Amino acid sequence: MSEQREITMAEALNEALHEEMAADGSVFMIGEDIGRTGGLFNVSAGLLDRFGAQRVIDSPISEAAISGAGVGASLVGCRPVVELQHFDFVTLAMDQIVNHAAKWRYMSGGRVHVPLVVRGPIANGVGLAAQHSQSLEAWFVHTPGLVVLMPSTPADAKGLLKSAIRDDNPVVMLEKRLLYTRPGPIPEGDHTVPIGVADVKREGGDVTVVATAYGVGMALQAARGLSERGIELEVIDPRSLKPLDLDAILRSLEKTGRLVVLSEGPRTGGFAGEVIARVSDEAFDLLKAPPQRVAALDTPIPYAAKLERAVLPDLNDLLDAIGKVTGEAVRSGS
Amino acid sequence: MTAATDTAPRLGTEELIELYSSMRLIREFDTRIVELFERKLIRGSAHPYVGMEAIAVGICAALGDADYITSTHRGHGHCLARGLDPERMMAEILGRESGYCRGKGGSMHITAMEHGMLGADAIVGGSHGLSVGAAYGARLLGRESVVACFFGDGAANEGSFHEACNLAAVLDAPVIFVCENNQWALSTPTHSSMRIEDVADRAISYGFPGVAVDGNDVLAVKAVADEAVARARRGEGPTLIEAKSYRMTPHSAFATGETSTAAELEEWKARDPLGRLAEQLVAREVDAAVLERIDAAVAERIDGAVQGAIDAPPPPPEQAIEDVFAPAAWLRPGRLA
Repeated sequence: MSEQREITMAEALNEALHEEMAADGSVFMIGEDIGRTGGLFNVSAGLLDRFGAQRVIDSPISEAAISGAGVGASLVGCRPVVELQHFDFVTLAMDQIVNHAAKWRYMSGGRVHVPLVVRGPIANGVGLAAQHSQSLEAWFVHTPGLVVLMPSTPADAKGLLKSAIRDDNPVVMLEKRLLYTRPGPIPEGDHTVPIGVADVKREGGDVTVVATAYGVGMALQAARGLSERGIELEVIDPRSLKPLDLDAILRSLEKTGRLVVLSEGPRTGGFAGEVIARVSDEAFDLLKAPPQRVAALDTPIPYAAKLERAVLPDLNDLLDAIGKVTGEAVRSGS
Repeated sequence: MTAATDTAPRLGTEELIELYSSMRLIREFDTRIVELFERKLIRGSAHPYVGMEAIAVGICAALGDADYITSTHRGHGHCLARGLDPERMMAEILGRESGYCRGKGGSMHITAMEHGMLGADAIVGGSHGLSVGAAYGARLLGRESVVACFFGDGAANEGSFHEACNLAAVLDAPVIFVCENNQWALSTPTHSSMRIEDVADRAISYGFPGVAVDGNDVLAVKAVADEAVARARRGEGPTLIEAKSYRMTPHSAFATGETSTAAELEEWKARDPLGRLAEQLVAREVDAAVLERIDAAVAERIDGAVQGAIDAPPPPPEQAIEDVFAPAAWLRPGRLA
């Protein structure tokens, strides 16, 4: 394979926006501070200069109105991308996403579609405390009619965003801020990643670890350490939480029979529990050990570094869970 | 009875008769809806537009085919004024497969893109931002469309109203905010929900015109709508129209408790928009028999719509899982998650 270019996830998202806006005049972007500054995390850098203020809108601080405007514009033929500066602000836009974007097609009996993308960062792990750090993906997975995406690599971020913009359904894309600056290889050309298709990030025959976004790196780190001790993890990144590629997870479990699911949202009612429930519904017989969830504690995200680390799942939590499904203590140095 | 001011001499008598027919259709439709609810042919609830017909008809008379409207839980009048077929509406409200939304939306969610009807929204204040986006998006795509966003006095107290008005202003979006002030929320009078007389006054804080109009005078409503539409088409941005009216029926077919006084109801009945337009037509020497024939034809049309809806089959249960997602490469039949 020829050597690939490396870019960060923020650059990858930026490339996706540049390419889709250049290819399709109905794509526009609206959000807070996305134009003049290129966005708080440079995801929209250069778009205002290239496409103008009609298509790159520095909006008032009005999450309900801009997300509603996204729904309305999508109904008349646009493909709007609404940026939430931090994903927590989605609470102010929930009515438009849950009661409008997700339902408009169904309520109309299929007479309309809503090709809308709402995206923004989850900024946990950096000391922004309880109102800027939440992993809220489970709320959207729980809402019929939405597509929910979470990329873990620059290539997936670019490819998924391009697919999201082209999809005729409302898409919620949650991006981990700590991954924005992390580089990774990026394919050239019109690189898209299909919605609803998981990616096996590492093959292994002993334990299946399903992880999203930041958790994927953690799982790969665990896999490298455990491999030396003869335990091979298979790391699956669903990339698309809804629709979920359950088949990919079941194929892996046919080999391993052991399941750990890592998700950074709060444990109760979370995405990890949903994956385990789906597996239990469809293929309980495949499981050789009780499946394990690795998730955040059921608390708001605290400010102080030691407190935040105590709440968010980390490598040791993951190793403990792997130890439970394998029946052996795998945490090194403990 | 006060006759409506005939401020639109450019409207021919034939056009006035069309407005009358449209208003009569709404009155008959929603009167029949309450009966059908009482006969348990309608599930949930339904919100009659009786008494407010001049607003929908006056506003929609100012719109063209390429324009759009958004509507509310009290939305049958908007649909009919926009030219939707009463039988397909009735079929939807009775939960039939032949309804506009295949029986998935019901009374509160009728949508018909071919009539520029972007959808009725049963979240009070839910469609303000959506209307701004539709207006802005259509202009971005090079169309001349204007969006009329109907909402009630109660929705003017939702935060979304403020956000959307401000966003519409800064985007110069071609949207007309039509506040139907019918004096009452379910049981709370408007005057106890705001300390101003006119919702229209709020427009000044967003930097666009606000105008209060007699919402029971179809010609007055059309006149302010004409001006607002022209302004929006010129690229000069939104207008807030407050049409003062009154719902002459209880809040809904379900919530039938009387909250207004008999005196208040009588006062507003004296200003019945249909009666006032009829007086004007008679003043123009239209024979009362012409109007009676219209009334009879409308009643017959609604009879047919009701019977057609009753006779139509309900959707089979397997359709419940259809229409969740738009066609996509990843979608398989029955795939929901």
